[in-house]
Amino acid sequence: MLKEEKYQKLKDIIQVYLPEDVAVTDISKDSHLMNNLNINSANLVDIVLDVEDAFEIRLENEDMENMQTVGDAMAIIDAKLSAK
Amino acid sequence: MMNESYSWILDRLPYSEPFLFVDKLIQVDDDGVEGLYRFKENAGFYTGHFKNNPVTPGVLLTECCAQIGLVCLGIHLLEKDTMFDDLRIGMSSSQMEFLLPVFPDECVRVVSELVYFRFQKLKCNVKMYNDEDKLVCKGTLAGMISITNE
Repeated sequence: MLKEEKYQKLKDIIQVYLPEDVAVTDISKDSHLMNNLNINSANLVDIVLDVEDAFEIRLENEDMENMQTVGDAMAIIDAKLSAK
Repeated sequence: MMNESYSWILDRLPYSEPFLFVDKLIQVDDDGVEGLYRFKENAGFYTGHFKNNPVTPGVLLTECCAQIGLVCLGIHLLEKDTMFDDLRIGMSSSQMEFLLPVFPDECVRVVSELVYFRFQKLKCNVKMYNDEDKLVCKGTLAGMISITNE
């Protein structure tokens, strides 16, 4: 899967959980999921579960802790995919 | 007739009167719980909901489903991994449908079924039945459950 394709897939997942005052165009690789995109902890779990399904990977507690920004999420997805 | 092995769960519930909506647990396992609650005839909210026509508010049916179906299950699931002193919980979503009214002094039975418990988020399908075993409400509830050991 191309990097751009993966990024788009991740953005599509995040988009579903954005609060009303955040637009999909606000998402960048540097966006902090909770602080910039205003995603709450319950929806962060939903994003992780959707990522698991979409990329057919499994994330652990430490991955969740390390997943602060969109870029972090990309890096974790890449690492899990290459470990498969 | 509560199974003695479930009383520790009730002891750890972070609620008290007038906002405790669990009387007994009759079944608890890793996949779900089943519990009972009788809505007390003299509860204060009946004087205002509705005027001269007491009916249990839907939000309290939801709360009862959450306390039995979600929180009691969460306490059971957490205990397997760890000891805890302080439980922190918050409801994160509720989608409920209400099919029948519940009147003062009715006893309801809540049955919950685990959807998932991951990364401190617990999600369940819940159903509430009345005395006649008719479905009163059903839905999906989720909450965040964590513990602090100080």
